[in-house]
Amino acid sequence: MSAGIDLDNVCCDFGTFRAVDNANVSIKPGEFFSFLGPSGCGKTTILRMVSGFIEPTQGAIRIGGKDMRGQRPNQRPTALIFQNLALFPLMPIWENISFGLEVRGVDKATRRKKAEELLALVDLPGAADKMISQLSGGQKQRVAIARALAVEPQVMLLDEPLSALDLKLRQHMRAELRAIQKRTGVTFIYITHDQGEALAMSDRVGVMSQGRIQQIAEPRDIYDNPVNGFVASFVGENNIFEGSLGPVADGMAALTGPHGSFRARIRPEAEGKPLKLYVRPEHTKLAPTKGSENSVEVEVTEVAFEGAFISVHGHAAGGKAISAEVRNDGVTPVPALGDKVYATFDAARALLLPDANVRG
Amino acid sequence: MQDLLRRYGTGLTSVFCLLVAFWILVLIVLPNFAMFEQSFRPYLPVVEVGGPKDVYSFANYSKILDNGFESTIFGIPVTLPIHVLTFLDTVFFSALVTFFTLVFAYPLAYYLAKIASPRSIPTLLLLLFIPMWVSEALRAFAWYVILTFNGPLNAALKGLGIIEESIRWQNGIFTSYDAIVIVLTYCYVLFMLFPIYTAITSLDTNQIEAAEDLGSPWWRTHWRVVIPHAKPGIASGCVMVFMLSAGSLLVPTVVGSTKANWFPQTIYTWFNDALDWNTGAAYSMIFLLACIVFVILMMRLFRVKLSDIAK
Repeated sequence: MSAGIDLDNVCCDFGTFRAVDNANVSIKPGEFFSFLGPSGCGKTTILRMVSGFIEPTQGAIRIGGKDMRGQRPNQRPTALIFQNLALFPLMPIWENISFGLEVRGVDKATRRKKAEELLALVDLPGAADKMISQLSGGQKQRVAIARALAVEPQVMLLDEPLSALDLKLRQHMRAELRAIQKRTGVTFIYITHDQGEALAMSDRVGVMSQGRIQQIAEPRDIYDNPVNGFVASFVGENNIFEGSLGPVADGMAALTGPHGSFRARIRPEAEGKPLKLYVRPEHTKLAPTKGSENSVEVEVTEVAFEGAFISVHGHAAGGKAISAEVRNDGVTPVPALGDKVYATFDAARALLLPDANVRG
Repeated sequence: MQDLLRRYGTGLTSVFCLLVAFWILVLIVLPNFAMFEQSFRPYLPVVEVGGPKDVYSFANYSKILDNGFESTIFGIPVTLPIHVLTFLDTVFFSALVTFFTLVFAYPLAYYLAKIASPRSIPTLLLLLFIPMWVSEALRAFAWYVILTFNGPLNAALKGLGIIEESIRWQNGIFTSYDAIVIVLTYCYVLFMLFPIYTAITSLDTNQIEAAEDLGSPWWRTHWRVVIPHAKPGIASGCVMVFMLSAGSLLVPTVVGSTKANWFPQTIYTWFNDALDWNTGAAYSMIFLLACIVFVILMMRLFRVKLSDIAK
C-alpha cells in the first residue's frame, strides 16, 4: 500500500520568517522523491509538515487524496525516519521495531514474529534481543527502517538518515534503501543536502532554496537542464560567463561579454530576465588551437589529478577562473602548468539561466 | 588521584584528602559510631557510668515493643506497641508524601523540560525557587496560619461557597495526618522536581516525536519512553523526599494534630524530655535501618539499581 502526496500552495511561517513559500508538488504513489537543498532551505520543514509535527500556515497537504489538516502525527499514514534515528535505547531491538504494533494493540507473539520478519527484510537476522547500543551505525540505520516499516506506512519520510555514516557505508545504504523501497513499493520522501545521494536514488528530485522549490524533475534533467543558476550550481560545477544578451533564434541566443561572444541554449520562459551562461567543466574541452565558436584563451594555473579524470583550473583574461575536466583515458592530452590553451564548449551544452527564484 | 596530584601537587592534594577524611570520619562516622555504642548501654546516673550496671544489652531496643495500644489500620482492629504504630504511620505517610510530590512534580518537570519555551525557563525556575528562600520553619508556620480554624483557607473556601462550615484542617478530614502530609508535600516537592527535570531534559525530543509518529497516544509515550528514561531521576527524587519527610521533626511539630505522632518526635522526646540519650540513640538506629531497608525494598520492587540513582 502506498499513497501519493499533494502539496497545494503550502506556506509555513515561523514568526516573520517564511520557511516554506508556496510549495506545490504532486508525488506519485510508490515514487522515490527527494528534496535537495542547502541547510535552512526549508526541506525539513516540508517533511515535518507532511508528518504532522508542524501545521502549514497556508495551503493544503493531502495524502492519498485525503486532506491532512488537523491530523496529529499519530493519526497519519506516514512514518518518519529521523536524522539521528531516535531509536529507543531502553528497549531491545525487537520492541523498538514492534513499538508501532504495540500501540495498535497487537499481541506479543505476533509482534515478535513481525519484528523477526522485518529484521530479515533489512538483513539483520538474529539481532532481535540485542540492545541499540550494541549495534553499529549501519545496523542502527536498518533497525530504524524496520521500525518505520512495521506500521505499514503508506509514506516513508526520511530526514537525511545517511548523513552520520561514513562514505563507504553511505554508498552501500543508498543501494539498500533503494532496494527496500522497490521491494515494499512504499512512497519515499527523502531529504538531503547531498546532491550525489539525491541524484543516484530518486525517481524525481525537488531542488529547494530559501523556502522555494526551484525545480522538480528527474535527476538527469536536474543536472542537464537546470532551470536556473542556483540549481545548476547546487548539483554540480560550472563555468559562468556574464554579458549582454543578443537576439533569440531557434532556442539559441548569443551572450557578449568581456571574454567574447558565446552562443548557448535559452528556454522560452527565461527570455527577458537577466541571464548568465553556465557550462559544466566536463563539457569544456581544452585544445591548443582556438575553436570555431565559444572559445576562450586560458592560462593553466592548477592541474589536479582526481583519478578517473584530471581537473584543470586556469585563468582567462582579467583573472576569470575557468575549469575543465580532462578524462584520464590516455588519449586526451593533459595541459601542463602555465600552458596557454583554448577552452571551447559546444553551444548545445551551454545554458543561459536566470538566478535563483527567490521572493522579491 | 593521579590527576589530582598532577594538577595541584602534593601539598594541596593532601589538604583536600585530609579535609574530606575529617568530614567523613569525624563528622559522620565517629558520631554515628558513638550513638551506636551508646544505644546498647543503659541510662544510668553519672556515678554509675562505667560501674557494674553499665553493660551492653538490647534493653533500649526492646523498649519500642512496650505499651500495647489498640487502634485500627484500614478498619482492622489491631493492638500494636505505640511506638511501632508511630513508626508505621511515619513510613506510610512519608510514602504518601513521596507519591503526592511525584504526582505534582512529574507533569511540571515534563512541562519545564520539553514544552516551556527556553526563554521562559529562568523566570519559571525563579518562581519555583522564591518560596525556598524562606526557611522551612517559617514556611511551616505560614501553613499553620493558612490551615487554622479561622484562617484564610477556610475563609476563602467559605467565601467561594465551596464549604459551609469551617474545617478543622489540623485535626484532619481523612486522617489526623492531613496537615502534615499537605505541608511536607509543599516543602519537599522541589526535591522531586529537579532530579526528574534533569533526567527529562537529557531525553532526545526526537524520541518523543518518534513514538508519536509511530501512532503512540500521549500516555503510552510517557509510559514507554519518557518515564523509563526519567526513572533514575524519579528514583532519586523519591528516595530524597521519603527520607526528608520521614526525618522531619519541624513540620509535624508545628502543624501536626494532637493525635498525629511522627517518629522523629518520639526520638526527640527520648533525647530532650526524658534525657535518655541511650534509648534515643537506639530508636535512631532502628529508624535509620528500617528506612534504609524500606527504600531498598521499594527499589527492588520498582527495579531501580543504586547505580541509576548515582547518575
